[in-house]
Amino acid sequence: MLEAILLTVITAATPLVIASLGELVTERSGVLNLGVEGMMIMGAVIAFAATQATGSPYLGVVAGIVAGAVFSLLFGFLTLTLVANQVATGLALTILGLGLSGQIGESFVGQPGIKLQPIAIPLLSDIPFVGSLLFRQDLIFYLSIALVVGIHWFLFRSRTGLKMRAIGDNHASAHALGINVIRTRYLAVMFGGACAGLAGAQLSLVYTPQWVENMTGGRGWIALALVVFASWRPIRVLAGGYLFGAVTIGQLHAQALGIGIPSQFLSALPYAATIVVLIIISHNRRTTLINTPASLGKPFVPER
Amino acid sequence: MRIELQKRAQVSTLFSMLSPLLALVLTLFFGGIMFWMLGKDPLDALYSFFVEPLLEVWSLHELAIKAAPLILIAVGLSVCFRSNNWNIGAEGQFTIGAITGSILPVLYPEWHSPMILPLMLIMGMIGGGLYAGIPALLKTRFNTNEILTSLMLVYIAQLYLDWLTRGPWRDPQGYNFPQTKAFVPEAVLPEILDSGRAHLAIVFALVAAVVIWFMMRFMMKGFQVSVLGQSERAGRFAGFSARRMVWFSMLLSGAFAGLAGISEVSGSIGHLQPAISPGYGFTAIIVAFLGRLNPLGIIASGFVLALTYLGGEAAQLSIGISDKVSRVFQGLLLFFVLSCDTLIHYRIRLVRNQTAGGAHA
Repeated sequence: MLEAILLTVITAATPLVIASLGELVTERSGVLNLGVEGMMIMGAVIAFAATQATGSPYLGVVAGIVAGAVFSLLFGFLTLTLVANQVATGLALTILGLGLSGQIGESFVGQPGIKLQPIAIPLLSDIPFVGSLLFRQDLIFYLSIALVVGIHWFLFRSRTGLKMRAIGDNHASAHALGINVIRTRYLAVMFGGACAGLAGAQLSLVYTPQWVENMTGGRGWIALALVVFASWRPIRVLAGGYLFGAVTIGQLHAQALGIGIPSQFLSALPYAATIVVLIIISHNRRTTLINTPASLGKPFVPER
Repeated sequence: MRIELQKRAQVSTLFSMLSPLLALVLTLFFGGIMFWMLGKDPLDALYSFFVEPLLEVWSLHELAIKAAPLILIAVGLSVCFRSNNWNIGAEGQFTIGAITGSILPVLYPEWHSPMILPLMLIMGMIGGGLYAGIPALLKTRFNTNEILTSLMLVYIAQLYLDWLTRGPWRDPQGYNFPQTKAFVPEAVLPEILDSGRAHLAIVFALVAAVVIWFMMRFMMKGFQVSVLGQSERAGRFAGFSARRMVWFSMLLSGAFAGLAGISEVSGSIGHLQPAISPGYGFTAIIVAFLGRLNPLGIIASGFVLALTYLGGEAAQLSIGISDKVSRVFQGLLLFFVLSCDTLIHYRIRLVRNQTAGGAHA
């Protein structure tokens, strides 16, 4: 019983972790992309479509990643090349993504999907309890853990990561030092898009292997909140993602048990939890100020 | 080749007028391509999407009905956005306004009085305003990001409405449909013309737009909105309070969204049900930007976006395209509006790259 619950928590947490990690990198470079929900849903629908067309969920995963990255380029072009308002453009990306995915996925509604199968890691998967929990998982789960470690290393141990943080903290100085601000930001935005696309693919290939309109259900927004919650640190994203996964699954189980609380109130729990978490994290103005990339959301036009 | 921006010495008046139109043309162009890819004749499809709904009296009424909440919400949002407060939870404030406004007709269905309608509208405004007050409180008190909190509150409001209409407020004689008792005639917003369904909401919307236009143009408050929005620091030097501006803009936009909510329920639906809005609160964000955050511009853009809703329904019937196309159109439109706005502040030049290696997109 416990094992089954923990497994569902992991499945619910994985898309949140991945999407937040992508957004974390984008924000570390100083760009606020509010279009996570839109990129995620595009990843979900394209991953589903590619899987249906080819019969291979792995090609679906790749397609989802590519879809997210390509879609994020729209945002990149507007905000980085045309210096449009980042908040408004991110919203536009979400609105367009939700519309476009509904249009693309119309013929998929009700079709059975193909689930991404777990891969058992030899030896490790034989460990009782832990083995089946952590080492008999699907590819996307392994990727999520690799991403946490990889991004932590990249941001805090690599030269390029240092440059990227420098851009996020002060783009004018970084530019003066000869760092290509716009190019780095394009890459960071695309990485964020690719992660959101992967998170979407997880939804339509693992979490519920089918296509449902608006199936992201606000997860993109929760992922954005998680970045704040994690104060822009990858390892804390992992913790936050699992906390939210637990809340989501906990309320589902409570609904199934019928504990006398209306199901709508339980469904509202993850959203309410997001607000509570944001309050706890943000109330100390000084720590927020220290952690937030200082150039976040500010437009940059290179002066020569 | 790369694109280079050159800051204009001053804002281009030509392009501030032209940019929304340019965005519309681009949207139509890409919309045509989309129809062509769906295997339809683009001109035919565009005609039935954007022209046909304008040819019949009844559909003009529908246009006014759909434009009313869009304009009303967008006018409030324009004040928010101009003062740099990003309320994107208007959909939730709309929902709560609809609920609080419906308290009287749902709980006191026997009460027939001319007092009921004004009270409903006021209660709807209060409900929407207070609901927007939550992100305002959190922002001013706890420094919480209003974008995320206002959006989360949308989901909560919708679930609350769902619970009310399936649970305590459900009409016991309603054959198990999740909806409340139909409102008494005194609680229904009257129609404005004999020729069709359009009701008073559109009048509220137009009045609100003119009032806010006047405020932004001629009143101290409007000046405060612009100054604080462009530079909080400058605003502080002038003695304006950013904190009070958060409250003002959020409460105002929430109240307008709440009024839109109760007007929609009372005028167009006639009872409360789980789904009361095809995303008006989100589409209003597009309306606000297409109208260049100017209340008078918003009147025009509200009708344009209302047309995308109607066009979607019309195109579904006449040429068999899904009405999801409307949402694609709305998203495209916002994209093009935002990109065309660059032309107002910058001159765009295509530069041929001479040095290799330093190229960026």
